[in-house]
Amino acid sequence: MIQAPDLPLWWSLIVGLLVLAGAGMTLVGSVGLLRLHTFFDRVHAPTLGSSLGAVLIVLASIVCFSVLRTRLSIHEVLIVLLITCTTPVAFMLLARSALYRARAERSAKTSETTDAEPSDLPPGSGDSDLAR
Amino acid sequence: MIRLIPHPFLGLALLALWLLLTQSVSPGQILLGAAASLIGMQAYAALDAGPSGRLRVRLIFKLAGLVAADIARSNLAVAAVILFRQPDRVAGFIRVPIALKNRQALAMLALIVTATPGTLWVDFDRRNGTLLLHVLDLVDEEVWVRLIKDRYEALLMEIFEA
Repeated sequence: MIQAPDLPLWWSLIVGLLVLAGAGMTLVGSVGLLRLHTFFDRVHAPTLGSSLGAVLIVLASIVCFSVLRTRLSIHEVLIVLLITCTTPVAFMLLARSALYRARAERSAKTSETTDAEPSDLPPGSGDSDLAR
Repeated sequence: MIRLIPHPFLGLALLALWLLLTQSVSPGQILLGAAASLIGMQAYAALDAGPSGRLRVRLIFKLAGLVAADIARSNLAVAAVILFRQPDRVAGFIRVPIALKNRQALAMLALIVTATPGTLWVDFDRRNGTLLLHVLDLVDEEVWVRLIKDRYEALLMEIFEA
């Protein structure tokens, strides 16, 4: 941060825009988490921050430190690589547990009332991977 | 019998990762990185994920380019869905028949699908090869099935199973 004043004006403009765009993308994702209603809709929103949001901020860091240290600084790329490899695991885990719970709740409900309820959930195949 | 270098490309990638992290190519760091990558390779071999096969660099870069473009595009699409309420938007589940068998290829497909905003890998039935996918903006089911099968599955098959 102490080095920041050494950044030439044009480069600092570019870096600033990239950081703002990345932060904006992440903000939109968080807003989506608030505004969307069902669980499966809401899971999609935070991926904005973990994909384009992170990429833009990392890009800003690469530009900033490459200019400041006058040599290519690309180790930030690892952040993007590791984020894209790890966050989907968490999302899949969440989605699968939500599906499992929805199926369990629905089978409990249908056994009580036995009326066919309209649902956008896929028919549970009882013995799916989740059960194991 | 333990092979010293069971997955040469993984080992090189781990070494490159180490050198990038430490931001140096001094002999000491190369030695440390090589040791770390040897341990990493043994750990991966212990997972017994199958042979890693040949490295098709050109195809992998093609896939990476496709995925990057699709992720950027769907980021904007999902942002539009969030910012501008679309009353006629339909979200829902689709089923995609997947012919891939290779576990690494399936893992790659799962990462690609889930890392892309707007699509989420929910469940995969290994026995009949059906993938359950949740799509945020489901306009035409057929379009999504074609996207997964023609764009990603075909390439992954070429990379992992050809």
